[in-house]
Amino acid sequence: MTMLSDYAGVVGEDVIDHLRQLAAPLNGMKIVHVNSTRQGGGVAEILSWLIPLQRELGMEARWEIITGKNEFYQCTKHFHNALQGAPALISEGLLKAYEATNRDAAEELGPVLRDADVVFIHDPQPAALLKHFPDRKGKWIWRCHIDASHPYRPVWKYLRGLVAGYDASIFSLADFVQMLPHTVYLVPPSIDPLSEKNMDLPAEEVTGVRGRFGIDPARPMMLQVSRFDRFKDPLGVIEAYRQATAFIPALQLVLAGGGASDDPEGEAVLAEVRAAAREDPDIHILLLPSDAHRTINALQRAADFVLQKSLKEGFGLTVAESMWKGKPVIGGDTGGIRLQVINHHTGFLVNSPEGAALRIRYLLHHREKLVEMGIKAREFVRQNFLTTRQLREYLTLMVGLTHGAEDRVRLG
Amino acid sequence: MAEKSKIEPFAVKDCALSAIATGRRAQNLRELRDGLLTVHPGSIYYHFWGRLLRPSFDDPEYNNDFAAWARHRLHDVKLAERLGVIDPAEFGEIEALRQEVIDVIEERLDETEFLSWAPRDHQFHFIRAQTVVFDTRRRLEHPRELAATIPGLSVGSIYYHAIDARRREPQGVDDFSAWLARFGGHYADLSTRLAGLDPYFVTLTELRDQLSSVFSDYFREDGR
Repeated sequence: MTMLSDYAGVVGEDVIDHLRQLAAPLNGMKIVHVNSTRQGGGVAEILSWLIPLQRELGMEARWEIITGKNEFYQCTKHFHNALQGAPALISEGLLKAYEATNRDAAEELGPVLRDADVVFIHDPQPAALLKHFPDRKGKWIWRCHIDASHPYRPVWKYLRGLVAGYDASIFSLADFVQMLPHTVYLVPPSIDPLSEKNMDLPAEEVTGVRGRFGIDPARPMMLQVSRFDRFKDPLGVIEAYRQATAFIPALQLVLAGGGASDDPEGEAVLAEVRAAAREDPDIHILLLPSDAHRTINALQRAADFVLQKSLKEGFGLTVAESMWKGKPVIGGDTGGIRLQVINHHTGFLVNSPEGAALRIRYLLHHREKLVEMGIKAREFVRQNFLTTRQLREYLTLMVGLTHGAEDRVRLG
Repeated sequence: MAEKSKIEPFAVKDCALSAIATGRRAQNLRELRDGLLTVHPGSIYYHFWGRLLRPSFDDPEYNNDFAAWARHRLHDVKLAERLGVIDPAEFGEIEALRQEVIDVIEERLDETEFLSWAPRDHQFHFIRAQTVVFDTRRRLEHPRELAATIPGLSVGSIYYHAIDARRREPQGVDDFSAWLARFGGHYADLSTRLAGLDPYFVTLTELRDQLSSVFSDYFREDGR
């Protein structure tokens, strides 16, 4: 079995045929992706399926990483925050460390990058590599996975100088874009239906996870999976739960998130969440390790419906993950959640705890609608937010870029 | 089969779109009108037809992005209804479609005392698309083969032959009808049935089903 045939079982053979035909003109091309880590984080997750699939479709795809010392990571963390709008004062020393790390990586990766037909540079960490390759042969694309809609301007000015020279860039949503003097593609992210996070699970495993955390299977349960972060509004979720339980006392709430030991603000938010829960036995606050993918998967399957009541959100792929499991989502009306939650069809968009409480009550009183929305939600994800769609868009833009920049590229 | 030797086979093609940000955006109706005046024609096309090949919901309240934005971000229901009823299939030229949208918006601007503003994070983004067309190498010698072929076509193929064709073919028709016309009047009845399909209010999978029914019904009748 190949990966592509596994995907065919989920999305259909016609979708895979379409990918093969689209990839034919890219056969044998040298594709290199560069990011800063092989494990952890959304980018590494994407590359871990994208590279083998590109290989299976006939490309010589490679995954290279850029690593540095502590100052390099400090600097790129500032970049990340600044792109999301947080003011960041970055010292000359940190910038020098950033540039030196990129210069060293350029030396190390020189032959690979110089000969590549297409190079994808992910996020700001390796963005300064470009200037070390004036003799590059291929097309270089900067892939920004971050919401850069309202960046901290002084830092963006610096980064813009690094990325303006690329042949193209990719952002996840039109709302996240900073315009650059080249073609700016839009490619929303996706979820992998075959990964541990999203694969089908035996019913006993879901039952086992319910038992492990003391969730009563006979009563309704709603779930929010997110870091303990103010922008995810866990306190708003508890407020919505309180308002809903005045009418539906049997309701249980699970707030599942990662450990917060390395994040001082996360710890503070977690303490506030615990205080707000007031030792209510029906509010389950779960601190899960970052690799607890199967557990999260099981919790999403155990839930009657899912919340993602963020006040600010990048794309919010936990929404698509839940929808893939046939669960309607009550989501904050922000960022990429708006692209996934189609109001009244795949879930509800809300702007307040009151709005969330109202929709919670609606779903629990209209079970037939809950089921119907869950079916629509899964189908919507199948059509739009699985890896095969993202792969198709990468292939399309690679064909477009390597065969001319006209509105219409004709092959064959 | 004299017809077979004279007429070129039908070449089954497929396509995929890349969405491209134009950098133009609008926060109120006047900015939307100004954007429409100068934006790349491919952007007008994308906001009417591109939804068929991008992440979008199968059962939208409005069938074009301008109407949806007017309703959900400007909260102008009247304008949304007027924009929503515009059927792009009625406009042979994209410039004529652009002018129609501008006319509707200007009429609304004339009626309105105060401009409604969308929140900062709900601006209208003008997007255009790059289309990559590729040849599946599949060739159909006789129209009868369409009945068996259509159900297995990708949505990209359906988009290319049934939607995109309308701006490529001089008569503004789909590729199937254009090919059938080359057989003289032999398939006039079939072409009339195809002309009766309305591609604007269905999804590509629904359109594929409808096309499939038209072809299979036609060739089943009288054992054609």
